[in-house]
Amino acid sequence: MTDWLGPEEWQAVGLSLKVAFWATLGILPLGIFTAHVLARWDFVGKQILNGLVHLPLILPPVVTGYLLLMGFGTRGPLGGLLQEVGIVVAFRWSGAALAAGIMAFPLLVRSIRLSMEAVDPKLEQAAATLGASRFWVFVTVTLPLILPGILAGSVVAFAKAMGEFGATITFVSNIPGQTQTLPLAVYSFLQVPGGEDAAMRLVVVSVVVAMGALVLSEVLARRIARRVAGT
Amino acid sequence: MSLSVSLRHSLPGFDLDVSFDAPRGLTVLFGASGSGKTTVIEAAAGLLRPDAGRVAAGDHVLFDTDARHWLPPHRRRLGYIFQESRLFPHLTVRQNLLYGHWFAPRSAARGELDRVVEMLGVGHLLTRRPAKLSGGEKQRVAIGRALLASPKLILADEPLAALDEARKAEILPYFERLRDETSVPILYVSHSATEVARLATTVVALEAGKVARQGTAAEVLGDPAFRPGSVRGVGAMLEARVLAHHDDGLSELDAKGARLLVPRVPQAPGQGLRVRIMGQDVTIALSKPENISALNVLAGTVEEVSPGSGPGAVVALNTKAGRVLARVTKRSAAALKLAPGLPCYAIIKTVSIAPQDVGG
Repeated sequence: MTDWLGPEEWQAVGLSLKVAFWATLGILPLGIFTAHVLARWDFVGKQILNGLVHLPLILPPVVTGYLLLMGFGTRGPLGGLLQEVGIVVAFRWSGAALAAGIMAFPLLVRSIRLSMEAVDPKLEQAAATLGASRFWVFVTVTLPLILPGILAGSVVAFAKAMGEFGATITFVSNIPGQTQTLPLAVYSFLQVPGGEDAAMRLVVVSVVVAMGALVLSEVLARRIARRVAGT
Repeated sequence: MSLSVSLRHSLPGFDLDVSFDAPRGLTVLFGASGSGKTTVIEAAAGLLRPDAGRVAAGDHVLFDTDARHWLPPHRRRLGYIFQESRLFPHLTVRQNLLYGHWFAPRSAARGELDRVVEMLGVGHLLTRRPAKLSGGEKQRVAIGRALLASPKLILADEPLAALDEARKAEILPYFERLRDETSVPILYVSHSATEVARLATTVVALEAGKVARQGTAAEVLGDPAFRPGSVRGVGAMLEARVLAHHDDGLSELDAKGARLLVPRVPQAPGQGLRVRIMGQDVTIALSKPENISALNVLAGTVEEVSPGSGPGAVVALNTKAGRVLARVTKRSAAALKLAPGLPCYAIIKTVSIAPQDVGG
């Protein structure tokens, strides 16, 4: 079974899973918070925040990658700051995760925001009158009710992170074992003569992983939705 | 513990200026939609910030704009019962009941759950989720959830309005028990005269953002100028005590020495209850009627004749049982020469007394 894929291909699959996992996990807290702000708060400049959040979705990925390179490269302002505390993201797998996370962020926020807008604010009011502070209202009422949205958003974000290409290759390049994720590997194999077989195998892997994630999320979402709706 | 409310708030096209103090018990904030009662209860809950005012339950001041004091809703120690129950769909009935209890101070009485569950009869529902409950069951759980928060003020916003007649009859007695068994002030918003008659210790009637009248339920409902909803809602309230149950399906009541026969009530002999006599069900006679089918004849005198804008008038009669209001035509009032001081008899058919108008 293990010799079905070559070591280089295994490396790409493993790296992709790692990158997508950490990207999704990393953006989850900020995604929930941002969705909450967009769904529940009213403030001047809300449309600007909304636009910023959606920017990676509408910009060409190469542009996002280039902006990341300027910001987080070793000479970039944020990259330099991170380097001070010993974190280097440029040309590392963590950089690939950062690029994937930023590209997946709008999708995650959209999904969570939609489910948060479906939560009746009257339930949150009721919780407040029963003694729950804003924090506890969120933890005990809002969060459980938006779990299906969080889950669905995470799966979409994970899939997006797995498939991220443009921003990743621009920001962290295409280094086997470091930043060569699955789509980058497919691209590389297609650049060399006789690489079609390896590329095809990786294509099958992507399809299987994507479908598996989707089915898993459907099953989980249905179970959670049933719990939440109390039927 | 008394309740003290004073509020000023301006909304587009509407000014609210309300001030009242209510003694211990259940205070019904009565009024048509648009009279401002929802604004008052939302300000008391902290869900709306009024322009100015003060609300206090006993010495627990919820807010006082003069003193720049404003407690956020979660620190007001409330038990808010909403019209649409607002149970948490993802929690079981038991978790819903205990929700406010988690946030109540540690000093709040423990072991209350069993007592409340028993009082509301929701023991068999504890493991279910709200989606599986009937409307009446949901509202009972909502009452329990409010009680278990160990509130210093109970707020009820038309808690029966969304229920059908049978469910209303099911829930009303729980509010009667609540009124009689807790020392926590209850502010109860309603536009139903039935609920006023059954529940109110004090009535505060709002009209267009102002307090139109305030008094005990008997005082306000016995005022011939008080038209709850329309003139069809006119009806005085008598306080009585169950004397006996008869085999033919009637119950005999004692209202301050006067006898009343009503359709069978569930209360045991000796228990007190309130009877609302609708004005349109009362006939006035100048001589004691004989050989008639109506079972209740109360002797009294005319106190006041209040003509309406239409063909009718509301006549206030002072009887031994208390004040009774009768709706008659202006023509009859003129024919009988009804005027203050005139001795007369109020005739009330037993079958006209509806079960929802009789209760504790």
